[in-house]
Amino acid sequence: MTDVMDRPALRVVGERPIRPDGVDKVTGRAQFGADFNLPGMLVGKIKRSPHAHAKIVSIDTRKAKALAGVKAVVTAADFPDLASEEVEAGEAAGNLRDLSMNCMARDKALYEGHAVAAVAATSAAVADEALALIEVVYEVLPHVIDVEAAMAPDAPVLHEGLFTKGVEPKPTAPSNIAAVNKLGRGDLAEGFAQADVIVEARYTTKAVHQGYIEPHACIAQYGQDGQCLVWCSSQGQFMVRTYCAKILDLEAADIRVIPSEIGGGFGGKTTVYLEPLAIALSRQSGFPVKMVMTRDEVFRATGPTSGAVVEVKLGAKRDGTITAADVVLKYQAGAFPGSPVGAGSMTALACYDIANAAITGYDVVTNSPKVAAYRAPGAPISAFGMESAVDELARKLGMDPIAIREKNGVVSGVKAVYGPTLRDIAYKDTLEAIKSHPHYSIPLGPNQGRGLAAGFWFNIGGESTAAVRINDDGSAVVATGNPDIGGSRASMAMMAAEVLGLPIDQVRPVVADTASIGFSMLTGGSRVTFATGMAVVEAAKKVVEDLKQRAAQMWEVPADKVAWENGAAVCLDPEKPAAKPLSIAAIAARAGRTGGPITAEVGLNAQGAGPGFAVHLCDVEIDPETGHVTVLRYTAAQDVGKAIHPSYVEGQIQGGVAQGVGWALNEEYIFDAEGRMENPGFLDYRVPVASDLPMIDAILVETAPNPRHPFGAKGVGEVPIVPPLAAVANAVRDALGLRLTDLPLSPPRIRAALDARAK
Amino acid sequence: MSKQHVTTTVNGDPTEFLAAPGTTLLDALRDELGLTGAKEGCGSGDCGACSVVVDGRLVCSCLMLAPEAEGRRIETIEGMAQGGRLHPLQQKFLEHAALQCGFCTPGFLVAAKALLERNPDPDETEIRYWLAGNLCRCTGYDKIVRAVMDAAAEMRQVRRAS
Repeated sequence: MTDVMDRPALRVVGERPIRPDGVDKVTGRAQFGADFNLPGMLVGKIKRSPHAHAKIVSIDTRKAKALAGVKAVVTAADFPDLASEEVEAGEAAGNLRDLSMNCMARDKALYEGHAVAAVAATSAAVADEALALIEVVYEVLPHVIDVEAAMAPDAPVLHEGLFTKGVEPKPTAPSNIAAVNKLGRGDLAEGFAQADVIVEARYTTKAVHQGYIEPHACIAQYGQDGQCLVWCSSQGQFMVRTYCAKILDLEAADIRVIPSEIGGGFGGKTTVYLEPLAIALSRQSGFPVKMVMTRDEVFRATGPTSGAVVEVKLGAKRDGTITAADVVLKYQAGAFPGSPVGAGSMTALACYDIANAAITGYDVVTNSPKVAAYRAPGAPISAFGMESAVDELARKLGMDPIAIREKNGVVSGVKAVYGPTLRDIAYKDTLEAIKSHPHYSIPLGPNQGRGLAAGFWFNIGGESTAAVRINDDGSAVVATGNPDIGGSRASMAMMAAEVLGLPIDQVRPVVADTASIGFSMLTGGSRVTFATGMAVVEAAKKVVEDLKQRAAQMWEVPADKVAWENGAAVCLDPEKPAAKPLSIAAIAARAGRTGGPITAEVGLNAQGAGPGFAVHLCDVEIDPETGHVTVLRYTAAQDVGKAIHPSYVEGQIQGGVAQGVGWALNEEYIFDAEGRMENPGFLDYRVPVASDLPMIDAILVETAPNPRHPFGAKGVGEVPIVPPLAAVANAVRDALGLRLTDLPLSPPRIRAALDARAK
Repeated sequence: MSKQHVTTTVNGDPTEFLAAPGTTLLDALRDELGLTGAKEGCGSGDCGACSVVVDGRLVCSCLMLAPEAEGRRIETIEGMAQGGRLHPLQQKFLEHAALQCGFCTPGFLVAAKALLERNPDPDETEIRYWLAGNLCRCTGYDKIVRAVMDAAAEMRQVRRAS
């Protein structure tokens, strides 16, 4: 696959052209989920449980149905009672029955905000009135949200049929511990026996939301012929189609999903909430139904990621060699099994070559919204514990934080604790990039501190389809099945332009609907530029072969006498010295006489996504009066393979850092005694704003291009959120002179720590 | 409740629409006038995605009632590019890759334009505080702030030259 990469010079890849969809997005023309309307459209709204845990005794919808203007009312009774079945959808894998019951509660409401009924009416006001007329009788049950409280033997049990997986013998009683997974190697006792120094601590994080600015939105139109159209904002139109078909027992062929622009997802839009309800309401009413969540609903009923407890014990020799690591992870899954504790376990020690290691992960259901993927799901949490512990270890050993990571860091050829042998990685170069950056030696003032942390993410490949079509004037269209969440149209167009030899502005990328392109896994796992990019390159190469064939016909020479150079066919036949190069435009103009339309569609299952490593450096200043932490400087280096469009790679890094800083300093789900979220809005759930952050210096380390990708790309979108929690916490430790182990490091927590020390 | 007739000016053009008394200006712009560039991210004035300018003042259109627009001049993102030419801020957002998903972008542009009309030479801190009412979850703000600084510099140069 390295043929393209070996080209003497790249014309387009690695440049910073203006994104092809840019003008739409700076003029307000781009259509997001809620920006689309249909004639005769109804407004759909959801009635939600006010209780964190309650048996649904009865639902009476008669008064709502009788209200003028109400066209449909649905409850769980309108959806098939599905069998338990695991579905594969990349990072968004889940259980179908759980997915269905998360969209609409059946028998029990498992968290505040859990949908119990939905209505479609002629206006929002009528829909609201109808919701109030739906009478739900609940039997309120004791609830549990804290992860360790949910693991306790006397905890209220969410699912009577849930028996812990991964333990022998199989438990005889149900519990909230859905699964226990273990991985590791070597001999832990022996490893700790070899250690001269041991550090041990317990770290906690709170549930945080992805915080995309665009609330979930969709329109569904179910026709009398059973054909269904869905317009929606999601990370994958094929994911929406699959889930809707399964939840409603429809044929995939009868559902066409048209992706709108997506206003942020970060993993949170890798599942469905509204779409099956909108289809059911449209089917019942016979009209298109539009549903748009409020921000309150987004917080109470979608996302977030787990709150967690992370216990880390590390042992090391005096020279800094880590001899043993024992990690225990307890992650909230929310109302149904499926926290990202598996990925949290696998990534926890992935930056380190440790001979004796054990990681135990607990997946724990709680009376809170079912967690959704959030950027490198699970990894920031375990990295917060591990990287904080390594910082403590370095302090105890009197070692520089980079030196201890160089000493124990993974290199190509090393077998990672989680299993595979790592290849073509540049972790140590990434450490070096930070070490040699001026930031690392800037003197610090009073109340200031510096923290460093590393992070790892697998990145994935997977199934993708791309089509490349040559227009009659020689320009091109590139169609893929992946929503463009952060500029991927640009990278798709750039890779196609590079292979075809066209200027970037002659390649138009589009995101196609489910009927217009082959299957593609959703936009997630940092996979699109890598995997869908491979499909684009393969399709473009097929088109080039076709173009050469056409040129051979036009010149009447054998096909092997045609080369492709700078976007034109060149005749190599010495018997045709007068044959001038044929541009794509010249060949396209003759397409009708040389075989018809010039087009290629390639579907593939991309393997060999290179993992990503990140090393972050953060300076903070603490205001002892208020406990407020200011981030003074932030530098993030990342092993990116090869950046296709460096600006958007930097953007991924900067955005991941900002989210991680929010997670570290301010963001958290706060619940009252009844298990109701107390801060379901951006005023009280405080994501970082422009004045909270400095410039974020992103360093792209390109010393280990991915040999499996035609241009060397690795996934870049997720690993940037892995180190910041610990980088910030380590900086706060440095500034305060004491270690705080519970996130977020919000002003009250800092103040409390300072007060406790003063006593 | 019956709808009220509202006469206003939107992006320089006389405009009329009907709105129930409780309708927000944002909903009227989006649903009555089809101007969907202003977005609803929160509905509570916290995210700035619905930013518009009313009689020269930057407001969250989700916090203003549509009938309050009577007799006022409203500027939205749809009026920012003039005569087929992008505003310098729009151009600089593109050049600096100051957007990823693009959902918050109209609000940022409207807010940044309002800033530069008050202060043609803002420093980084002034930009960050002025834009603190606009949430972006994708970019970490770095490239947005750079784009605004660059646009301001270019606009000052054009002003000096003219």
